[in-house]
Amino acid sequence: MKNQGTTNRPDNTAFDQQRLPAWQPVLSAGIVIPGFLLVGLAFIGIGVALFVTSRSIQVLENDYTGTGSSVHCSECVNPKTTPCTCQLNFSLSALFQGPVFLYYGLSNYFQNVRGYGSLRRPSSSCAPYQYDQNTTIAPCGSVANSMFNDTFTLYQLVNATRKTVPLDGKGIAWWTDYNIKFRNPPEVDGSLAAAFNGTVKPVNWPKPVYDLDPTNPANNGFLNQDFLVWMRTAALPDFWKLYRRITEGEYASGLPAGNYTLEIQYNYPVANFAGRKSVIFSNTSWMGGKNQFLGIAYLVTGSLCVVMSAVMLIVYAKFNSPDEDF
Amino acid sequence: LQTKSRTITSILTVPLASFSFPCTIMSSPFFFQTNAIKTSKYNLFTFLPLNLFEQFQRIANAYFLFLLILQVIPAISSLSWFTTVVPLVLVLLVTAVKDASDDFVREVHCEPPNNRLDKFTGTLTFRDQKYALDNERILLRGCTLRNTEWCFGLVIFAGPETKLMQNCGKTTFKRTSIDHLMNVLVLFIFGFLAFMCTVLAIGNGIWEFQEGSVFTAFLPRPDGVDASFSAFLTFWSYVIILNTVVPISLYVSVEIIRLGNSFYIDWDRKMYYPRSDTPAEARTTTLNEELGQIKYVFSDKTGTLTQNIMTFNKCSISGKSYEIPKSPQKVDFSYNPLADPKFSFHDHSLVEAVKLEAPEVHNFFRLLALCHTVMAEEKEEGNLLYQAQSPDEGALVTAARNFGFVFRSRTPETITIVEMGVQKSYELLAILDFNNVRKRMSVIVQSPEGKLSLYCKGADTIVYERLHPSCSKLMDVTTEHLNEFAGEGLRTLVLAHKNLDEDYFREWSTRHHMASTTLEDREERLDELYEEIEKDLLLLGATAIEDKLQDGVPQTIEQLSKANIKIWVLTGDKQETAENIGYSCNMLREEMTDVFIISADTPQEVHEELRNARKKMKPESEDEPTIIQRGILDKKSKMLPDETVDGEYGLVINGHSLAYALDKSLEQELLRTACMCKTVICCRVTPLQKAQVVELVKKYKQAVTLAIGDGANDVSMIKAAHIGVGISGQEGMQAVLSSDFSFAQFRYLQRLLLVHGRWSYLRMCKFLRYFFYKNFTFTFVHFWYAFFCGFSAQTVYDEWFITVYNLVYTALPVLGMSLFDQDVNDRWSVQFPQLYSPGQLNKYFSKTAFFKCVLHSCYSSLVLFFIPYAAMYDTVRDDGRDIADYQSFALLAQTCLLITVCLGLDTSYWTAVNQFFLWGSLAVYFAITFTMYSNGMYLIFTASFPFIGTARNSLNQPNVWLTILLTSILCVLPVVAYRFLLIQLCPTINDKVRVLRGTGTAKKT
Repeated sequence: MKNQGTTNRPDNTAFDQQRLPAWQPVLSAGIVIPGFLLVGLAFIGIGVALFVTSRSIQVLENDYTGTGSSVHCSECVNPKTTPCTCQLNFSLSALFQGPVFLYYGLSNYFQNVRGYGSLRRPSSSCAPYQYDQNTTIAPCGSVANSMFNDTFTLYQLVNATRKTVPLDGKGIAWWTDYNIKFRNPPEVDGSLAAAFNGTVKPVNWPKPVYDLDPTNPANNGFLNQDFLVWMRTAALPDFWKLYRRITEGEYASGLPAGNYTLEIQYNYPVANFAGRKSVIFSNTSWMGGKNQFLGIAYLVTGSLCVVMSAVMLIVYAKFNSPDEDF
Repeated sequence: LQTKSRTITSILTVPLASFSFPCTIMSSPFFFQTNAIKTSKYNLFTFLPLNLFEQFQRIANAYFLFLLILQVIPAISSLSWFTTVVPLVLVLLVTAVKDASDDFVREVHCEPPNNRLDKFTGTLTFRDQKYALDNERILLRGCTLRNTEWCFGLVIFAGPETKLMQNCGKTTFKRTSIDHLMNVLVLFIFGFLAFMCTVLAIGNGIWEFQEGSVFTAFLPRPDGVDASFSAFLTFWSYVIILNTVVPISLYVSVEIIRLGNSFYIDWDRKMYYPRSDTPAEARTTTLNEELGQIKYVFSDKTGTLTQNIMTFNKCSISGKSYEIPKSPQKVDFSYNPLADPKFSFHDHSLVEAVKLEAPEVHNFFRLLALCHTVMAEEKEEGNLLYQAQSPDEGALVTAARNFGFVFRSRTPETITIVEMGVQKSYELLAILDFNNVRKRMSVIVQSPEGKLSLYCKGADTIVYERLHPSCSKLMDVTTEHLNEFAGEGLRTLVLAHKNLDEDYFREWSTRHHMASTTLEDREERLDELYEEIEKDLLLLGATAIEDKLQDGVPQTIEQLSKANIKIWVLTGDKQETAENIGYSCNMLREEMTDVFIISADTPQEVHEELRNARKKMKPESEDEPTIIQRGILDKKSKMLPDETVDGEYGLVINGHSLAYALDKSLEQELLRTACMCKTVICCRVTPLQKAQVVELVKKYKQAVTLAIGDGANDVSMIKAAHIGVGISGQEGMQAVLSSDFSFAQFRYLQRLLLVHGRWSYLRMCKFLRYFFYKNFTFTFVHFWYAFFCGFSAQTVYDEWFITVYNLVYTALPVLGMSLFDQDVNDRWSVQFPQLYSPGQLNKYFSKTAFFKCVLHSCYSSLVLFFIPYAAMYDTVRDDGRDIADYQSFALLAQTCLLITVCLGLDTSYWTAVNQFFLWGSLAVYFAITFTMYSNGMYLIFTASFPFIGTARNSLNQPNVWLTILLTSILCVLPVVAYRFLLIQLCPTINDKVRVLRGTGTAKKT
């Protein structure tokens, strides 16, 4: 059609006339029922894989709070007994497949409370641990102040002698936290301690930040790996934090069967708020740590889909009447 | 003074030498105000403050300002200021742009003048002479003068005092029923928000008492904050966090969607009328979805159902009817050089009668040539062009012209006609105007021979009351003819005349002049005078004018009634004419069970007839109507439920009876009876009654009404109805100017309602459902998280995500759906008018639908929180490092939410644009997320982007993706299954049509 002169005739475009080509899916039985079946089967498949994988992951968890049902370290519950060291003995009947990761776990511990000052807003989150008697605290804030400070040493008992299992503390924090997010102040005359001049240690800490790891001068200041792990606050009130990896020497392939002793320097008080502390040995797989839930959830969802497709098929066969009039 | 050759009566023509201006540039000699008229609201400088002030008066915006204030209180602030500021600024900006463009448009178009404009009373004193000023002599701003090269005028009110300005803004602002529902829902949501915050505040109090008080070693409390004060602060913190249940972008999105859907109406070629080059126009852009909910259509007849192109078909002169087409040949008017070649008439005997110089016949046509307000324009000799205010008059004057009584020109004092080739100039002594109450018009003229006569034409009942008793026999014959004419759907007028005594007329004329210059009760006094002189008339005959139905009217009416829309015709025509039109346009049908006719003279009789009709349709119906109170608080609003009857009935009610029936005591009876009928025709109604009928239905029925008309007499009804539609046709622009939608032909109403209205309603409802769903889901996840973070008003998502969730990530897909979605295409929409009924029943969006939305959101949010919760519980990355940290969890929760919400979009018409918007939004989400969590952004804006590295560390984990997949499937599949089962078990008409379309079995139209 041709438009002549100044006609008001609207343009004949698919857009203006609402005739844009379109895919118009209909929930027809031919698509929905096989769709559900396929999704169901796929989910059952994934679920089985996840479930089997998760079962193959070994986890050894020991509560050492020392109160309630926990028998370990009860001698250290009284806060007056400092320093307190306790022992946790366990035996492995088979090889604990490596690489093995050593975690500490905290329960009923609210790192996610808004006032706790997760690092969402560093500028404003330091109160009330910004200053200690008018001197700036480094690192400041509740999170840093409450850093976990129990330490663990693992021994294998070989012929009644304790053999230290080397624990690797490197690379337990995120690469980005270590390389981008946290920076130490520039060293003054080659000394990190001098860089922190004019600041004081957090109130709860026994030693300053530049002295966190006496064994490795590079693992100090804001770049201390344990510090970084702690600063990545947990989403939920029960959480694990990576403490060490067992990756060296004869233990690289795992912890062989035998008896072990874990020596715990018990410093961190949790009893007064009904918190729990535990220590966990675990290995991982492609799906990460042990988590039965995901596999089961996939299996249940998949089965429900299959059942649903059967129900829909029955309903369709029974009620479908294509020649219905209007 | 130079008098011009042509003038028109609507201009003040007293000799005023000093005031002579071209009519287009009139200026005021009195300096009341400057002459500039401002119909715009803002100027460049006042725009920003004024607009902001107005916007913050809107309750929603004020609420967000309040939130902003809450956020700057450090103890309460649970979100950074930008989470509220960014959306607020964007929304204000969009609204401001819209307001600015509206304001700009307002300076182009004017608001419609209201019906007060047709009344004006004033007096002009000049050289000790008083001249009457009335509406005839007033030009209103915005009017155009026709046929006039020069005129003389005096500007009476200029600038802001013009009638236009004084009438601006009086038009009531129409809101749709969805608007009202939305307001109720927003109030409910506020209540719900307060409830959630209270629950969480109490939770916080308990937590602080049990846990927080012993957790102080690691998390000391601020000074002076105990558990109860902390709960108080938490309440406000949660008000901020959960504010997304009251979505700030809701109102602005709704406006945008309506605007878009209005454009489709403007652009529709199938509603464009090529003959007058008129496209359809959505004059109001805020009522679209209401077009999909219409239950009652009130239609004018003339010019709306009919073409309003009048042709003189038949007449009755002195008891002889000239009507039957005696020969197929058209009458030859060659004896008359001034005849209009387009005119055709089939009865030769009339020409013979004219040629025989029968005095009644001559008087008949003389009257037609003299008694009218038509203007003649003769650009060249013999080529006459008539400009008539009403097409009826034009048809009558043209008829007279062809039969040899040619109206040639007029001045305010004279009318020149050519009678059978002889030019005669009659002195025009008085015009007794037509109006809706008088329903007649008369002129008093003095012939060149000096004879004084009064010529009168008008509605039959009116003129019959004023006839001389000697005409009674002729009256009977003419009445018969009139009934015949009316029975064929023709419009009739009765003509009468009388000779006047000169002395009496002089005396009357003096009184007339006095009355017409008085300022008090001028109209009443004039009416009395007119009444006095218009009596003892002698009947000349009657005319019958045909007004053809517009194309496609019967089909349209059939379609609309299939769509369960009730059509009431409100016409000024007489009963027989109206009935006939009713039959010819399919409203009344022979196969109807019964057609009731209410024409009684007393209220009792009207009541009786209405009740009898009702009893006949439904014998068991009770006399006392059941009235449903609409609201608990609102005692005044009552509702009459619909009563169903077997069979199809029609109701015809005349103006007399309608006047009684509209009385308070009878209105419910009228409505009950009328609503049981399929078709209602009200004839002989005044403009006011039209509006009253509409108001009556609005008052007692919870239904959406639409009024459609073309003339000034439809304006009141167009304004009264929820939606007013103007037909841009022969009768000027008044109806169009006060309408919400306008187009050129009645048949486009079908497309406006069944296609545009239905789609708009569907889209709006889908939008609202989805919008509430996505915001509620978003918010509820926060609610669940509160139970795991000590009710501390910790957010579960990244703050940036909260900021842009509504505005960037989820805005376009839903907007695309609201602009493009179609359940079935336009052809199917028209082919199955039943598809329209869900809108009438408020099926797609109601309180129930909203409640379902909330439940659905509740389910989704449970899935969206607890699946990630359980999947991340005490788990780690594949390299043993952290993944259950707050930031990773936030990223996981927000990704699950966004993907679920995007996949949950209920689109049934996937155009490329929709696909692009959807996948684009997801792509943009990941792009923005990776950018914001990148090293670069952190190094530049350290404080703003603390989530550095989270995306990289978390989104490379298979279990994270498996969690996302699981949540989306768990959110989407139940809906699919539910829908599928619903389609199988109780399919709606909609589902059936969609299935039909899918199989392609329906017949092609």
